[in-house]
Amino acid sequence: MELTPVTQLTWIDYLVMALYFAVVLGIGFVLRRSTKTSSDFFQSGRSLPPWVTGLAFLSANLGAQEVIGMGASGAKYGIATAHFYWIGAIPAMVFVALFMMPFYYGSRARSVPEYLKLRFDEKTRTLNAVSFAAMTIFSSGISMYAMGKLFNLLLGWSFDFSVLVSAVIVLAYVYAGGLTSAIYNEVLQFFMIAFGFAPLVFLGLRSVGGWDGLTAKLTEVAATRGLAAGAYTHAWQGMSSASTNPIGVEWFGLVMGLGFVLSFGYWCTDFLVVQRAMAADSMLAARRTPLIAAVPKMLFPFLVILPGMIALALTSMGGPTGGEGIIPAKLNELGQPLIDGTGRVVLDYDLATPMLLIKLFPEGMLGLGLTALLASFMSGMAGNVTAFNTVWTYDIYQSHIRKNASDAHYLWMGRAATLGGVGLSIAAAYVAGSFNNIMELLQLVFAFVNAPLFATFALGMFWKRSTGHGAFWGLVAGMSGAFLHHGFTLPLGSSAGVKGGYFGLLHTYPSEMAQTFWTAIASFTSCVVVSIVISMVTRPRPESELAGLVYSLTPKPSDGDLAWYQKPWVFGVAVLGATLLLNLIFL
Amino acid sequence: MSGAGGLDLRYPIGGLFAALGVLLVAFGAFTSSNAEMYVKSGGVNINLIWGAVMLVTGLVFIVLARNGSRPR
Repeated sequence: MELTPVTQLTWIDYLVMALYFAVVLGIGFVLRRSTKTSSDFFQSGRSLPPWVTGLAFLSANLGAQEVIGMGASGAKYGIATAHFYWIGAIPAMVFVALFMMPFYYGSRARSVPEYLKLRFDEKTRTLNAVSFAAMTIFSSGISMYAMGKLFNLLLGWSFDFSVLVSAVIVLAYVYAGGLTSAIYNEVLQFFMIAFGFAPLVFLGLRSVGGWDGLTAKLTEVAATRGLAAGAYTHAWQGMSSASTNPIGVEWFGLVMGLGFVLSFGYWCTDFLVVQRAMAADSMLAARRTPLIAAVPKMLFPFLVILPGMIALALTSMGGPTGGEGIIPAKLNELGQPLIDGTGRVVLDYDLATPMLLIKLFPEGMLGLGLTALLASFMSGMAGNVTAFNTVWTYDIYQSHIRKNASDAHYLWMGRAATLGGVGLSIAAAYVAGSFNNIMELLQLVFAFVNAPLFATFALGMFWKRSTGHGAFWGLVAGMSGAFLHHGFTLPLGSSAGVKGGYFGLLHTYPSEMAQTFWTAIASFTSCVVVSIVISMVTRPRPESELAGLVYSLTPKPSDGDLAWYQKPWVFGVAVLGATLLLNLIFL
Repeated sequence: MSGAGGLDLRYPIGGLFAALGVLLVAFGAFTSSNAEMYVKSGGVNINLIWGAVMLVTGLVFIVLARNGSRPR
């Protein structure tokens, strides 16, 4: 791309970045000495305290889709984007902590696919391991692609340079210190993001006249777009019908699709996050991990969604021509703004947050803000790479290619897989593109792969009658269900192709988000139905083999010796109460 | 608490934040007479203010690590 960069950095900004990367690499270097066994490399020796695993649990998910995508959605949908947190993530995080962690941690499985092997059979594990491994590479590639494109546009860095340098840094610290190194850096990245974005929100709110000023500005914007006055600043207004809210989804699709299927599928079964909790030093610490993560998670909308809303509100204060406010328009091949079917300019929402950073931060702080952004991209990559190398080594290599090798050999394989995973991610980065919102693309992939997973795990953990054949064919049915549903539907205003409709057109959804949520619902339902039917006609495993793997056959973890305020369920209820309160405040 | 590999994570976090804090405070103080530079941030010398916040945060991490208290 031959574009003039939006801004240029000075020595102080580069110094801030350099300091951060020196510490990132230093952590990997120090941990290299103590990474001696495959357990150290893949599981951190199950030795980390809960505050570390908790913040890493949150931070592993803080990739491109979080910081850039949530800012983009904030500008597109307003505070209703917080549903991804307050209906989506938090209830699922409380559920995985209280009900599922006892099986993940207690079964001593080393990965989520390995739990499937213990509970069901080899083929179910392999199906999950292979699809998961492909997904991690895809996600990490998207993260790199988005970063390369963004820094090219903002600072004029070459795409190849950004992708290569970030890949080498991630490779270096994961290769050296394995999971511990990734987790430690994720915690560091968490603090960088919090401290890079808090002043952005502070300055942003100050420049639009506080929350009241923001509400007033966004009321004007809502009016020009034909939406209810409070559409951008109230999370639940207009949710009774798909046509009266900016997301284009009615409450049932939102609660079932996003809240139940997608979020539980992600937070409860995605090895990327569960791996962090499995590295905790005790069962209690593992159960506390998602709960500790939930506390900052429920406040994150204020850090990542508000910048997008503020960027949109700066509209009426005048800005560059072609776009709205400080959000530029998407350009076609000729460099002219794209116009959609209704004659409106298509905005490049992914630039909302980065443009706000550049607009509000003077040199110095700009270095810090951009470093926080880099940190978020790299934590997304590193999280995927560590999940990939573990699943590859334990669930594919050890179980199919080389069964009884020495521990040193598997440690070697883990490092080799790290190298291979980073290489494949770079390849994926060059393949990525075509969607106008990174998060929606990721949600679509998760809908195909993850949505049936929660059904399989829930049946496996809570119904002792479910069988390996049932689980396997249920997963196949769930993925096919997602594929079929997506192939027969389209979001409004799109043509058949990557957005769906490739088998024909049976239904049109008011938005891409609505289609994604209903794809997840279709997938979940087909998985449950097929799993139950096949389980009923196949032979279950004897109960004696299922102790520690199924709820009704496992002794409950005893919290008897803990004071009431230390019990995980009390913590969980408090988190849910606070989330309910947030929903009520922004009703 | 030493955590995995004998590295207490609070040291690198504290060290980085303290260093960034010192850097931003110094830069903020040095540029405080440059009103033009801070037009962007609405007249607030955000380098000075936020540098101070980061410095204090960094020191808190280091003190916690030195006292060996283990956060829950």
